[in-house]
Amino acid sequence: MASNGGGRNFAGKSSLPVTTAILNNRFERRTFVLGTLQAGVGILLATRLGYLAVAQNEKYQAASESNRVNLTLIPPRRGWVLDRFGKALAANRADFRVDLIPDRVDDPDKTMATLAGLLSLTSDKVRDIRDKLDKARGFQPVEVASSLDWDKFAAVSVRLPELPGVIPQRGYSRYYPAGASVGHLVGYVGAASAEDYEKERNPLLITPGFKIGKDGLEKHFETRLRGVPGARRVEATASGRIVRDLGTREDVPGKPIALTINAGLQDYAARRIGLESGSVVVMDCETGDILAMASMPSFDPNSFSDGIGRVEWKMLSEDDHVPLRNKVLRGLYPPGSTVKPMVALSFLEAGLDPNASVGCGGGLRVGNRVFHCWNRRGHGTVDMAKGIYQSCDVYFYHFAQQIGMDKIAAMARRLGLGQEFPMPYPGQSYGTVPDPAWKMRKYKKEWALYDTVNATIGQGYMLVNPLQQAVMASRIASGREVMPRLLLDRNAPPVKSMGFRQEHLDYIHAAMSEVVNGRGTAGKARLPVENVLLAGKTGTAQVVGLNMGNGKGGIWKYRDHGHFICFAPFDKPKYACAVVIEHGGGSGAAYPIARDVMTYIFAPDKAMAVLEEFEKQWGGNVQQRMATRYNAFAAKYGGSAPKPVPDDDDLTEQVEDGNRAAPEPATAQTDAAAPAPEPEQTMSAPAVAPANAAPAVSAPPAGAQ
Amino acid sequence: MPRAYVPATIARQPWGVLLPLMALVSFGAAVLDSAAGGRFETWSMSHLLRFVVFLVMAMVIARLPQELFRKMALPVYGVLCLLLVLVELIGGIGGGSQRWLNLGFMTLQPSELMKPGIVLVLAWFYSVLPIGETQSWRALIPAGLLLGLPAGLVMLQPDLGTGLAITFGAVVVMFLAGLPLRWFLGAGAAGLVAAPMAFFFLLHDYQRNRVLVFLDPESDPLGTGYHITQSKIAIGSGGFIGKGFGNGSQSHLNYLPESHTDFVFATMAEEWGMLGGLFVLIVFWLIFRWGLKVANSAPDRFSRLLAAGMTMTIFFYMCINLMMVMGLAPVVGIPLPWMSHGGSSMMTNMICVGTIMAVERWSRNAPRSLS
Repeated sequence: MASNGGGRNFAGKSSLPVTTAILNNRFERRTFVLGTLQAGVGILLATRLGYLAVAQNEKYQAASESNRVNLTLIPPRRGWVLDRFGKALAANRADFRVDLIPDRVDDPDKTMATLAGLLSLTSDKVRDIRDKLDKARGFQPVEVASSLDWDKFAAVSVRLPELPGVIPQRGYSRYYPAGASVGHLVGYVGAASAEDYEKERNPLLITPGFKIGKDGLEKHFETRLRGVPGARRVEATASGRIVRDLGTREDVPGKPIALTINAGLQDYAARRIGLESGSVVVMDCETGDILAMASMPSFDPNSFSDGIGRVEWKMLSEDDHVPLRNKVLRGLYPPGSTVKPMVALSFLEAGLDPNASVGCGGGLRVGNRVFHCWNRRGHGTVDMAKGIYQSCDVYFYHFAQQIGMDKIAAMARRLGLGQEFPMPYPGQSYGTVPDPAWKMRKYKKEWALYDTVNATIGQGYMLVNPLQQAVMASRIASGREVMPRLLLDRNAPPVKSMGFRQEHLDYIHAAMSEVVNGRGTAGKARLPVENVLLAGKTGTAQVVGLNMGNGKGGIWKYRDHGHFICFAPFDKPKYACAVVIEHGGGSGAAYPIARDVMTYIFAPDKAMAVLEEFEKQWGGNVQQRMATRYNAFAAKYGGSAPKPVPDDDDLTEQVEDGNRAAPEPATAQTDAAAPAPEPEQTMSAPAVAPANAAPAVSAPPAGAQ
Repeated sequence: MPRAYVPATIARQPWGVLLPLMALVSFGAAVLDSAAGGRFETWSMSHLLRFVVFLVMAMVIARLPQELFRKMALPVYGVLCLLLVLVELIGGIGGGSQRWLNLGFMTLQPSELMKPGIVLVLAWFYSVLPIGETQSWRALIPAGLLLGLPAGLVMLQPDLGTGLAITFGAVVVMFLAGLPLRWFLGAGAAGLVAAPMAFFFLLHDYQRNRVLVFLDPESDPLGTGYHITQSKIAIGSGGFIGKGFGNGSQSHLNYLPESHTDFVFATMAEEWGMLGGLFVLIVFWLIFRWGLKVANSAPDRFSRLLAAGMTMTIFFYMCINLMMVMGLAPVVGIPLPWMSHGGSSMMTNMICVGTIMAVERWSRNAPRSLS
């Protein structure tokens, strides 16, 4: 460098005296520099290599392992739901299924076309899957088909290389042996929605084939039923192809839950409701165990669990019998005359002599209005027993005014009306037991005498749900403070007494037995079983004023509700039952069902024979009728049902919507409710009740007693 | 001497480079065999076959006289420039970038050939340039034009990696030719200033993206950063002695992209570990040491510049490739000489080696003169 620098100094003004020697020298020096550069780079690379491969080895080894090994969750088998005898209400069935991972599907149209061919899917099913595929986000699996036979499953499996995103697997699916009969009781399961995943952030939720509880017990006991997922470790390529199995950890099945339900009775009750819209609750009146709790029409939880198709959705959502509402807990009805044993009990407890009687001339004047008895011709002299078995309204109008609403309302609440029970379902509708304080609070109006009159015959503001009616029947039957219980507990302590005097209960029981077995309004409800007497009370609740219809025929939704509460055996009460038939046209629609359901408990064969005869007329059992209906809808709308199926979140909302009870009256009711006719003979010939057609309110204030 | 016992024709061969080359190519074939999942015929077979073919070509080149090299330097350069223009035109018509010409029996990538081509033409230029002119602008401007034309054309393609390789080879020759140091320092300083501007205005989006991802690979682990991340995982998980031959999960399960071409070093390092990596580095060091030694002992200015320029061209390949796979440089499509599977790069590197071998032969025939 020195000579170079010197040369440059020397060459201050003339050109540089560069020689070959200098250039050679410079070449050698610069080659050396480049050689050093190479060595430097070499050392740098070797150091970097050492840093990556040795110093950071652990980190990268872990990264490489997590690349190599794919952990596939195996959905845990769900805990069974059992009835009181250990029979399955909800079980698991081993099956072959095929799912789609939307993110991995290259060409949805082609994939679906291939799958439709392999699995022989119908066009409406293909459209349903396409709908879900379009809506699904990322790795949320979409079910293509489940419960496949081996041949179809194998056909898809061998075509996998050309079907990216298609996941065939062996697994378990939820199976409800009783189908629609337990729809509202057990609920259903379904693939987790995006919202569910947001809430839980559990990778299990987006595992193909995994279902979570969407409604009813399945939803309420989700944590208990779910279990712990198993896992399968596989070596997989970057594109997801499985190279080999590394090991499998078995899943831990969820815990079963045992219900107090009697599966046979539940199924029978659901089927016996037939073409009507209604509910049946059967309770053990000594313990409070719910033996049956049916709300029909219902949905088939089996097909709900596969996801709901357009046609099925259209069919359910357009049904005016609201199959999506659990009427046992969400249906609110004026209880009609079924409150009369309760009112009578409140009279007895208030010290009224049961022999005190009133003359019924077909109506009673209260204030400036006349309140009619359902029987315009009058019942003559009526004491308490006759008031119950003949369902005389005037008797109750008269003595209710004497005793006062507060005592009646207190008894109603004591027996369970207006109460919310600790049941594993969201949002019961518990209705109203009106009293003066309530009316003041709600409408800022004074309680009037006619309110008492209306309430004593289960009309006016009074609204109850069928479960409350069953509880009321149970408490009257056993005199014990039973609470409805759905989870089986064989070691539960005996239920304590309500504290009623036994002679009061016996009096009411005798009157209720007379309803069925004597001179009462439901003679046809007598049980066809020897030595077992049924005791009950009919009820017919008006839906609209008589100016809109007579409650018997005409437009379905204007017909009267039919009620019946009962218990058996009469002399040693064990089972209590409440039946509500929406718009059944009167109690005559309800008590035959109650009779057959109660018969089933004591003589299943006789009850089944009756049911089978009915089902022949109805066009098959529940499943067959739903299938027929579905086919009719499918034929009508084909694969082109215009209404898109709501996704799971919407669906739950819709079900909730269906569950919302009819709103309470927004304005104070000031009219006298006209009692609907009770006796059974009017049922066989509805046209013979012309007297009821007369408007009740505008009647002149005459003929009052 | 043991050499006395082997035939002269064999003893005369430049074993100093042939043995390392064979070791490297064999090792490369083994790695490619594993990368193909144990199927020799997928890549290894053609890899070895190409080496043999191009080795014969290199031997032929090695026997060519210096006069021919000097005479052909400019015409070869001219033809290559024409081909580059042709590629550009065809690409323009076809729409999109095209880097190769389809000759029917093979695809020719003129930019590949330009790497040794630029070294050859500049070595010739400085050998004919009067010694006195090396410090003046006359040493720079023609060389700059000779470089600017092909480098510009290649970068237009756009092929940044090859463009840089060509520029690097040319700058090395200019540096060794004895051009004033301050020019390089000045150019380096100007480059530092210009680089950010070029980054923002000249680079294509995908190139800019590559640089950004290089600076922060985790920012885009499934996109452009995927290559670097997976390559580092492969090398890092290999450890000191590797996972063993045929046990590389990263390459076998396709997590490592381009496992047989640009990222073959990562494939190797996963299975052979740091030991394999050091072996490759040492073999390259032997080759470069041989190349620079040949250059230093070459008889004249032309052959010296030629040998050193060719050596540095190969070095550039290796340096950029290894820095890329280890996350020290952005992802540019430059293969690793003699290990990556690919005909063009094998041909280019064997031309370089053949030329250096020719220089070695010239210096043996004509004893070194210092004058």
